[in-house]
Formats: sequence, C-alpha cells, structure tokens
Amino acid sequence: MVNMSGAEALVKALEKEGVKHIFGIPGGATLPIYDVLYDSDIRHILVRHEQAAAHAADGYARVSGRPGVCFATSGPGATNLVTGITNAYMDSVPIVAFTGQVPTSWIGKDAFQEADIVGITTPITKHNFQVQKASDIPRTVKMAFYIATSGRPGPVLVDLPKDIQIDHAEMEFDDEISLRGYKPTYEPHPIQVRRAAELLANAEKPMIIAGGGVIASNASEELIRLSEKILAPVATTLMGKGAIPEDHPLALGQLGMHGTLAANKLILEADVLLCVGMRFSDRTTGDPKKFCPDAKIIHVDIDSSEIDKNIKCYLPIVGDAKLTLHAINEALNVVLKEKRTEWMRKVKEFKAQWESSVKEGFTPPYLMKVLREILPKDAIVATEVGQNQMWAALYFKSYLPRTFVSSGGLGTMGFGFPAAIGAKVARPDRIVVDIAGDGSFMMNYPNLACAVSENIPVIIIVLNNSVLGMVAQWQRLFYGRRYSQVHLGGVPDFVKLAEAHGAQGLRAETVEEFRKAVKQAIESDVVTVIDVPISPEENVFPMIPAGKSYEDMIVEGS
Amino acid sequence: MERQTHIISALVEHKPGVLYSVSNMFRRRAFNIESITVGPAEQKDIARMTIVVNADERILEQVVKQLNKLIDVIKVSVLDPAASVVREMVLVKIHTPNSNVRSDVINYVNVFRGRVVDIAPDSLIVEITGDPDKINAFIDLVRNFGIKELARTGVTALSRGLKSVRI
Ligand SMILES: Cc1ncc(C[n+]2csc(CCOP(=O)(O)OP(=O)(O)O)c2C)c(N)n1
Repeated sequence: MVNMSGAEALVKALEKEGVKHIFGIPGGATLPIYDVLYDSDIRHILVRHEQAAAHAADGYARVSGRPGVCFATSGPGATNLVTGITNAYMDSVPIVAFTGQVPTSWIGKDAFQEADIVGITTPITKHNFQVQKASDIPRTVKMAFYIATSGRPGPVLVDLPKDIQIDHAEMEFDDEISLRGYKPTYEPHPIQVRRAAELLANAEKPMIIAGGGVIASNASEELIRLSEKILAPVATTLMGKGAIPEDHPLALGQLGMHGTLAANKLILEADVLLCVGMRFSDRTTGDPKKFCPDAKIIHVDIDSSEIDKNIKCYLPIVGDAKLTLHAINEALNVVLKEKRTEWMRKVKEFKAQWESSVKEGFTPPYLMKVLREILPKDAIVATEVGQNQMWAALYFKSYLPRTFVSSGGLGTMGFGFPAAIGAKVARPDRIVVDIAGDGSFMMNYPNLACAVSENIPVIIIVLNNSVLGMVAQWQRLFYGRRYSQVHLGGVPDFVKLAEAHGAQGLRAETVEEFRKAVKQAIESDVVTVIDVPISPEENVFPMIPAGKSYEDMIVEGS
Repeated sequence: MERQTHIISALVEHKPGVLYSVSNMFRRRAFNIESITVGPAEQKDIARMTIVVNADERILEQVVKQLNKLIDVIKVSVLDPAASVVREMVLVKIHTPNSNVRSDVINYVNVFRGRVVDIAPDSLIVEITGDPDKINAFIDLVRNFGIKELARTGVTALSRGLKSVRI
C-alpha cells in the first residue's frame, strides 16, 4: 500500500495497464490529473475537440488491438465525448474514457460544468463507473480496462469527481478484481462445433461472412485456413474488411447495401452460411425477412445476445471467433475439392465480372485502385462516412486485418480524420491515409492543428464533390432529384486550409496528378491534405435500397 | 408468436445506478416492463429484482440475454408460474359513506383474506395480498363503492421448494 492522491493513483494505474498514449483536452475538473501527467512518461495528445479524442482513441484501438484512452473535463468536455463513445460502442471497440466531475459535495446541485455523464452514457457504454472514494481508483481502473478489452469489447467510462482526484489515501494496486456478473464465454460448445463442421462439409455451396469479431479476436489466419479447406468464399461486413486479403481468390469483398457484385450475388445461392463475429445489421441483411431464406445459417458470436436478435439462425455457437474457427478447422478432416468445382467456377466468374467493372478514368473507384497500387500492403486506411466510405470499402482492397478503419454501426461523419490520428500514433511505422468527403472532413478538420503540432503525419484525401454526396445520391435516386440541403456551396479551398494549419496542401485533377500527390505526401512525411475535385453526380453502386432485399440490387446503369 | 406475461427474477449488485441501467436497457431496446420490484436479497450486497414483462418467446429470450449482458446483473431466471409463489400487495382507500357500505366492504375483505388497516369517518384503507389476478378481482369488486386512492406494489416472486435462483 502506498499513500498518494487520487490523481497520482490514476496515472500510476494507467501506467500499470501499459497505457502509453492519451488523447484529450484538460479543464477545471481534471486539473489535478493533468498536474500529475506533467511528470509522467505517458504521451498526451492535445486534440482540438473531445469528439476527436474519443475517435482517436477508437482508431488507436482498432489498429493496435490495445485499448485507446481519452480524457475530458466535466460538463461540455464529457458531453463532447458522447458521439465518439457511441461510435466505439456500435463497433465494439475497446476504449476507456476518463471524465472529470464536479466535487462529490456538488453533485446533483447543477454546479458549474456539471453533466450527468454516467446517466448519459449508460446506454452507450459497455459499463461505466463514478468513483466514490480515492482508494477505489486503482481497482476501478483495473476493472474498466478488463471490461473494455474482454469478451465483446466496448467502451467503458470512468467519471472522477474532482475532490477524489485530490484526496490522499492508502492505495492498493494489486487487488484481485472480481466481477461476479460478468463471465464472457470464449470456448465454443464442442457439440455445436461438430454440428457446424458437418453442415459445412455437407454443404454444396457454403459461404462465410466475416464481421468485426474476426478482426477483434485476431482470427484471420483461422478464417483463411477454414475457407481454403472447405472452399467457401468469404464476404466481409464493413467491420470485417481486411479479415481476408482482398486479393485472395476466395475473397468476395464487402456484402450488403453497398456490397460487391460478387458477394451480393453469390449469397443468394449459398446453402450454408457461416457468419462469424457479425451481428446482422440492417446494412448487411436488407429486409431481414427476406435474408437468405433457404440457407442454413450458422451464427458464431461471443455475445450471446446477438444470437437470434435480428436473424434467426439454424445453428448458434457462442464463443470467441478465433477459438471457434480453430475448433471447426480441427473438427473438419474431410477433403472435398471435387465437390465444389461448380461453386468455385461461379466464384471465379462473379469475381471477374466485378473486377472488370472498374474502368480507367478520373473516377473514385479507379482512384481507389490507383491508391492501392501506390500504398504499401500494410498501410492503414481510415474513412469518413458517405460515398467516400463506400468507394473505399468497395474498391480499395485491404490486405491485412486492422488496416481498414471505418465507422460502421454509427456512420459518424468526422470520424475518419481523428481516427487516422489515433491510428498513426499507435502505428507510427505505417502510412496512414484518411479517405474523406468534403462534408465529413469539415466536421473535424480543426484537428489539423493537432496533427501538425504533435507531428502526426497523416494523409487526408478529400474526394471533394461539394455536396453531401451520399444524401444527394438518395435524393437523386429516391426523391426525384429534389436536392434539399446537400449543396456545400462554400467549400473552403482545402489546399489553403491545409497551409493555414501548417500542413501541406496539394490538389489533384487528373489520375496522374493524383498519383504524384500521393507519392509526394508519402515521401515528404508531413501532414498532407490532397484536394481531389470530383463530379457531384457520381453514384455508389451496387446498391440495395434501404429495406429491400438482395434480389433488388441496383447495379450501375440499370 | 403469442405474447404472454412472464416473471423474471434477477439477482443484481445492490448498489446505486443498477436499477437505472436495468430500466434504461428496457427503454432503449423497446421492451415493455409491466412491473418491477426491487429489494435486498438473502445476501446483503445483492438485491433481487422481480420484473414482469409481456412478451413473446423471442422477445423474452432477448430480455434475458440483454439483462445478463449488464455487468451488474449477476443472475437471471424466468420463473415457472406453476412452480413459483407469486405475490403482490395492494392498499386501497375505499369510500364508505355509511355503515351499510362499510360492512359490505368488510365482508369482501374477509372473503379475500385481506385486512382493514385504517378507518376514517367516510373511508377505509384495505390491504390485500395475493397473486395479481386476485388483486384485480378485488379492485373490480369495490370499484363501484368509489376508490379514493390505490397503491399496488408490483409483483414479487420466488420459485418453490428445491428450485432456487441463487448465486
Ligand atoms: C454526423 C453525421 N451527420 C449526418 C450524417 C448523414 N450523412 C450520411 S452521409 C452524408 C454525406 C457525407 O458527405 P461527405 O462527407 O461530403 O461525403 P460524400 O458522401 O460526398 O463522399 C451525411 C450528411 C452522418 N452520417 N453523420
């Protein structure tokens, strides 16, 4: 036991958890903590808005697999985190958010900068705490990190009243924590595993859908092994992108509302679907009543509440994706090459059809291909939300897990840039690119100041169509081109904007200029914004209109 | 699927905020709570929540899973109505303007094995304990006399005999 202040105990507890980086902004209710941080080896990255702190922690966690940490003061600092925390919750990302709070004696009195952040974040965190006394800090920190990173990961918030940060107490750092209401299931049930293996072995046209759980549990190797063993093509959800290298002969790319032709067509034919670490979101299923009615669905998820929540499955397996895929691999000892020739022919055919759909030209799909050629295999790509995101998901091939960072469940415009900052902090050895839309980038671009002053050289490629493109696309397709509030007439000059922040600003108006600009950005290794003016009339296809099913897919020109 | 009333018994950490996170989850997931009662359980740091929901089998399964998912919820069971003791209490203040009405009410109370717990010049407070159907029946019966005030506790329940919901 050591006597120290709550703030000192907090920083020590963070160090014990191996925390190396914190994203945040200080304020009145966190002054004692920031005073201790002044002497700590933990690097604090001063963002320009707390939303960015949460997104940066989120991006950090996604690419590193380690929990991301963000700090905010009480009241507005804490409420500014809310979008970022919700984003992490929807995508099951382990972040731990610490918020200052007014002193305990002032709680409930509407004190200056008091916000009930525990109440506010209850439905958007995996769990949250308000620490009641200084000596509880070490244990609470331990529990927060354990909960955030175990089972199905997710955000945890710890609210720290200011007096508790100041109070001194005897601190115990080696307490065993026990959470009797929380026992994640990792090991799949062997009988279910055997049944899954049998179903897959006997299937005519098996297909695998890999979700974010495959990435979270580092199960790529097991996934690829299984798909090769049973000759099942693999489609990914947005969160699962990178689970299988997208140049693999069995990789179909993204599935769903904006799925590839290959994935969206083949799923209609599959007779057994192995769905791993995914949650059947509406963006993946379309009309749930019409989602693959004839296929037998095996659903693997670590969170039992996902089983039968949106789609009733034929065979549920509750367990960790990696352990479960490994177990299914072990249980499968048949060789069935012959059986699948027709299926494999179809996979090849649809893939080829899809690949050939991208024509050379100054169009977003082609630019994504060009970008892929320039970037090294292990480069990390973050996206904003809208058409830019779907172009990246569809046409930028990811080769490795944890190299594609995108806001899936919440679809948060403004996520990509701060997430890229977090990703670059976690992986300074990698090239990190944010593929952005002009609308999204404008939501969080003030963090250019953060990236420049903290020397975090990320590259932002703004696919600048001067519209809220995805909304415009829906208005074009479903509202008779009545463009309501989507024109961003006053788009700033992004080159000057970058320069005003001390970053490099480049513009690319041809494929050649684009190539050159990306290379220059990589070589100069400074924060770079590349403005890429594109047509406001582009559509992202294929598309399944909201609430429709796979049969209703709209393909380009149809 | 058919909707039905189900009684869920949950053991939870007995600390601030747990009732909030449970009720918040119900609201957020659009599950309906018919009633919820909470009090200390056999162990001092654990509380027992008895939650009555009207749901079909699929929603019930989701309710149980979502409850289990909350970190401060330790154990969740759906009680079998045939093998459980289910009780609710009601206090009813009934308008009794004259002695005829008063004696009618007292007769009903006796039949329902209730008690008169307060007498005022023109009203009585009656206490009835039983399963919700019995309480509904009593309330229907005395409604015509004029109910001035009514307070129901909500259902609490335990499974009978060897079966128990413990940690
Ligand atoms: C914070 C937030 N507000 C609103 C939306 C709704 N929305 C979805 S896509 C989109 C347009 C995005 O525009 P832009 O960033 O320019 O990307 P583009 O679609 O043009 O590539 C909007 C407004 C959202 N997803 N997130």
